[in-house]
Amino acid sequence: MANVTGPAEALDVTLLRKDFPLLSREVGGHPIVYLDSAASAQRPRQVLDAMREYDETTHANVHRGVYRIAEEATRRFEAAREAVGRFIGAPTPSREVLFSKNATEGLNLVARTWGRTHLGPGDAILLTEMEHHANIVPWQMLAEERGFTIRWIPVTDDGLLDLDQLDRLVDGVKLVGITCMSNVLGTLNPVSEIARVAHAAGAVVVADGAQSVPHLPTDVSTLGCDFLAFSAHKMLGPTGIGVLWGKEELLEPLPPFLGGGEMILDVRKDGFTPNDLPWRFEAGTPPITEAIGLGAAVDYLEGVGMEAVRSHEIALTAYAMETLRERFGDDLRLFGPPDPSDRGGVLSFAFRDVHPHDLSQILDQYGVCIRAGHHCAKPLMRRFGVNATARASVALYNDESDVDALADALAAAGAFFG
Amino acid sequence: MAGLEDLYREIILDHYRSPRNRGELASPPAYRVEGFNPLCGDEIVVTFEIEGEAVSDIKIGGSGCSISQSSASLMSAAVKGKTVPEVRDLIHTFKGMMSIHESTLPGAGEDGEAADPAEPGPPDIEELGELAALQGVVKFPVRIKCATLGWNTLAQGLDEADAAGSAP
Ligand SMILES: Cc1ncc(COP(=O)(O)O)c(C=O)c1O
Repeated sequence: MANVTGPAEALDVTLLRKDFPLLSREVGGHPIVYLDSAASAQRPRQVLDAMREYDETTHANVHRGVYRIAEEATRRFEAAREAVGRFIGAPTPSREVLFSKNATEGLNLVARTWGRTHLGPGDAILLTEMEHHANIVPWQMLAEERGFTIRWIPVTDDGLLDLDQLDRLVDGVKLVGITCMSNVLGTLNPVSEIARVAHAAGAVVVADGAQSVPHLPTDVSTLGCDFLAFSAHKMLGPTGIGVLWGKEELLEPLPPFLGGGEMILDVRKDGFTPNDLPWRFEAGTPPITEAIGLGAAVDYLEGVGMEAVRSHEIALTAYAMETLRERFGDDLRLFGPPDPSDRGGVLSFAFRDVHPHDLSQILDQYGVCIRAGHHCAKPLMRRFGVNATARASVALYNDESDVDALADALAAAGAFFG
Repeated sequence: MAGLEDLYREIILDHYRSPRNRGELASPPAYRVEGFNPLCGDEIVVTFEIEGEAVSDIKIGGSGCSISQSSASLMSAAVKGKTVPEVRDLIHTFKGMMSIHESTLPGAGEDGEAADPAEPGPPDIEELGELAALQGVVKFPVRIKCATLGWNTLAQGLDEADAAGSAP
């Protein structure tokens, strides 16, 4: 493994933070220490400004009007699609990048369109034990309806996928669903390696990029998956919009997802003709302002550079792991891979026997925002025999002072619960 | 801003550290109900027996945060030996304490915890004794569900017992 503790291309976090208005807020007399970006990230002024500027100068419905602002709105909306496509290395963004409500809807879209047309009784699909519910429940819902079975790639004690049995598990499955990065353990999964095996077995690969796309350079041409879903709100963009990328040749033959306006070419009393890609999958008025915001978020991330973001987050994760170990020793059990370069900036932990909910409550008194709960990954929680963990997660705007504040607040929580 | 001492009263921490009536009764003959807090993953298992009119024994299993565990522990101590109608009254009063403030808080009342509009008027908190220690929880709206988890689970159990025809 590479030496990850040296600051590779150091970000100027002090400068970056000035872009994020919320981060200058105080809570309960303490400067906010925001360590819950895995749940939702804060937005830079550039994103907020782009959305307001669009609303104030250009807003009209897209793909409808012939008047000037409608045409401008459409152009800007489609430009956002191009920007997102470029960001993830999509070969033909204008046909392969679909706007959804969020990652969850994107994954449901795959289940309801690709899944419905390809999966039936006697079939099997393969998921991992560390999936978010968003990449489990849509498949379970469909399995109830279509009668296929679901197999699971197990997780090791170190929070890695146990790929020893992969060849056997993948044999005969039609689809493999895998998260690029665990939202609980931080584990970065070898998606391209698994995709190779899956493709050799004739399966398509659906990747959940909700955690990885915001924090790592992403290139769908090397990632190897066939579908990739993610949410804008975890990557410095607004809520209400997400992305599903799919290979054109897989999307092209699929039936529509939702029905309504925008997704049709023609409607007669005796039926309808679905629209071309990508609009076939975008029924109704899309989240236009949000698309503008997502485009601005992508521009912002590209401006900083995803390589730099990744280096910063590895270094910070390594610092956090070291700090927590030094200060709390065996009192703090960290879940997930021991090597920071195997993981993203997500740290789930148990602290003594203080329940994560109580821990998070006490940390809040110090302005420290962390998440407590099952993180929508109950099968994984069961795997580790816990019903909740505390989770701190970092983004490009966090630095060592945030980690120190977390450690100080943990010490106070320890004292409180004696 | 509400302070931690409003939430974590000494009685609560005591019941959290040494929960009363911990465990599970053999079921059957005991009734057994599971409750979940989907927000945080807390789980609670309430087992209880009814003899004649009374809840003759009760045990609490599962795991969760200090608020859900201590509230369930306090509940078990409070209801043991009481008649079923008395227990129902107590559940009503307790949930009243958890909801009068809740209904005045922003975003409250969408989860069916709000006080029954047919029965207005503040609950008699005096009657709650030690349970009144949980009053501070209403200042932390997210935690109300923790405090009511055990109570809702027991209420569900009593309904099931009723339906099974064994409760008066
Ligand atoms: C790995 C993973 N997948 C999917 C999701 C779902 O994202 P959203 O709630 O934005 O649809 C999340 C976020 O919670 C996540 O962390």
